[in-house]
Amino acid sequence: MSDRHILSVLVENRPGVLTRIAGMFARRNYNIHSLAVGPTDDLKISRLTIVVGAEAVQLEQIIKQLNKLVHVLKILELEESEAVEREMQLVKVTAPASTRSQIIEIAEVFRAKIVDVDHDSITIEAAGNPGKLEALLDLLEPYGIREMVRSGTIALSRGTRAITDGSKFRMRRVV
Amino acid sequence: MRITGAQAVMKSLEALGVDTVFGYPGGAILPAYDPMIEAGFEHVLVRHEQGAVHMAEGYAQATGRVGVCIVTSGPAATNLVTGLADALMDSVPVLAITGQVATTAIGSDAFQEADVTGITMPITKHNELVYSAERVPEAIKEAFHVARSGRPGPVLVDIPKDVLNDTMEWAWNDDVDLPGYRPTVRGHGKMIREAIDLVAAAERPVIYAGGGLARAGAGDELRAFAERLQLPVVTTLMARGVFPETHELAVGMPGMHGHYAAVKAFQESDLLITLGARFDDRVTGKLDDFAPHARVVHVDVDPAEIGKNRAVDVPIVGDVKVVLGQILKVLDDKDAKGTLAALTPDTADWRRRIAELKRDHPLRVDQPETGVLKPQTAITGIYQEWGDDAVYVAGVGQHQMWAAQLIPYTRARQWINSGGLGTMGFAVPAAIGAKAGVGRDTPVVAIDGDGCFQMTFQELATAVQHDIPVTFCVINNGYLGMVRQWQHLFYDDRLSHVALPQDLPDLMKLADAYGIPGFRVEAVEDLATTLTKAHAITDQPVLVELRVDPDEMVFPMIPSGASNDEILETADEWHARVAAQQA
Repeated sequence: MSDRHILSVLVENRPGVLTRIAGMFARRNYNIHSLAVGPTDDLKISRLTIVVGAEAVQLEQIIKQLNKLVHVLKILELEESEAVEREMQLVKVTAPASTRSQIIEIAEVFRAKIVDVDHDSITIEAAGNPGKLEALLDLLEPYGIREMVRSGTIALSRGTRAITDGSKFRMRRVV
Repeated sequence: MRITGAQAVMKSLEALGVDTVFGYPGGAILPAYDPMIEAGFEHVLVRHEQGAVHMAEGYAQATGRVGVCIVTSGPAATNLVTGLADALMDSVPVLAITGQVATTAIGSDAFQEADVTGITMPITKHNELVYSAERVPEAIKEAFHVARSGRPGPVLVDIPKDVLNDTMEWAWNDDVDLPGYRPTVRGHGKMIREAIDLVAAAERPVIYAGGGLARAGAGDELRAFAERLQLPVVTTLMARGVFPETHELAVGMPGMHGHYAAVKAFQESDLLITLGARFDDRVTGKLDDFAPHARVVHVDVDPAEIGKNRAVDVPIVGDVKVVLGQILKVLDDKDAKGTLAALTPDTADWRRRIAELKRDHPLRVDQPETGVLKPQTAITGIYQEWGDDAVYVAGVGQHQMWAAQLIPYTRARQWINSGGLGTMGFAVPAAIGAKAGVGRDTPVVAIDGDGCFQMTFQELATAVQHDIPVTFCVINNGYLGMVRQWQHLFYDDRLSHVALPQDLPDLMKLADAYGIPGFRVEAVEDLATTLTKAHAITDQPVLVELRVDPDEMVFPMIPSGASNDEILETADEWHARVAAQQA
């Protein structure tokens, strides 16, 4: 059984660091559901959110193998119940005048935004947990989805705790 | 002082105390070969880049220092791949410096361009493509540090030609700051106490001594620990010598071709004290059946090895030399308080049992008094001639297993081989590297197979040109012996492409061609006298060919994937087992 786990990983912002991580997963036959990477408030450090499918022993190996990469600074497993997680989704829906208002109504219920409108289509931006985005897609499906794109999960722990707590390195905000 | 990136490479290596580099020049690395003329270290010119990296490995394994190789871009760098993978598997500290096409040409499919950091990412501990001359000293210093600290391994630094030509302001300090790389050295006190308690409570404890002990130079600590608590010691292929095989607590080698007593000791044990070993499949056999009654203490500097293959009762992350020191300190304290006895397991019955296993299941060879030379006799003869002072370097295959089984190694770094990757062709260059490291006074003897030898013997020229007097012994059975053994046992003796004619090439003419003495032994009665003659030559490389019985097979043997309980001591046992299954 492979369970879903969210890993938050701080890495040095160096060329090839993403390849090292992705390569390690591929080489050791680990399963990535999604991977999102972006800068942090310190330009020298990037933060990855990796969602993996693994049972307990394998998850421990994944974390240990990640830790062996010289550019990996810190790894935190975020428990789903103790974390806020979000994905972003852009959906282009077929929307002639006859159905347009219904689609807009659905978007509003999901607190999604209309980011582009054309004669025959509407593009909706939605953010939320994967369940919510799935539900939105289900409701839009009958109107005709022309195309869609979805980001990987990003997540932070709930409460005051931060990933850098107790770390030997400090995040430095560089403007 | 402004110098070029190339000069900075030389000065960095000098600052790190490097005395020998193994290399091969070419286009992109040319700028580095110019200041090398004045550099404060020796350069050994190899005949193939694979030779350079195996020499660096042999040097590192023999001396405990970082082995350095330097080659150009593209095909030269890709020729390092096998050796880097080998060094990663066997935790050998190697620094590889490769030239790269100019930064302006990277990605353009330029002449001799290859994505070397990309190619070597999964087979190095770390690597870096250096983008500026200013970065050169830091990159080399960090690479050196990563290669030799924690769990040692190969690190590659790829330097574009324009970076080598560019100038920089030279500055050096010894500090290394890698925020994401801080190996744990000391073991956790609580875990150490728990481990000691498990040992105290054990009835059939065994030390499972791995190659990490050799890398850590922890032979003395291991011996003190084993003797103090009277713990039997099994040493893996990578650890041969870290505990003297002549010691009464030595049990032998485990695994697919291990000693019977060592294999059984694991199977019957109730506690494995695992030190710098990694539960490799060649040791465990079928993992579920491995040491089924044993609890496990596992000490390793690499946390990822702990719990990887076998669940562990007491994990200890740390340098095994330091951790053993911590354990000995606790034992000393207890001794001072007069309470050591409570921590000492009663292993007398267990040691008697192991002694019985050793007595009843020795290695066997049917050597006639005259005529055909058995390979086991040849290898024992080599040991009897060169003795305990020599360093022995093996290739991969039957000869390697016999050299591991039969020679009673007494110190770490006395036995060098390719364990994890199983790289044929390792012995010739690794022995040259080892000899370059240990110097004149310590003999280095390569024990190679005829298949292995033909993969890398072009490095004989390197040994001759640089006056590195290794004795190369080729156990010539005219076959890829180990493959033939598997085809015989598991493929109904259908031999498929394993014959290498014994006369092809004629090794005596080959020795002649390289201008070195050659000796051939064809019959057992000539063995000792011929080896003595070869041994008398210590000022130049020597080639010794030992023509042996091609039918001989390595036993004991645990068939691949079988349980260690299914250990075979003879081929007849296997044939009987197959016949019984068919009946």
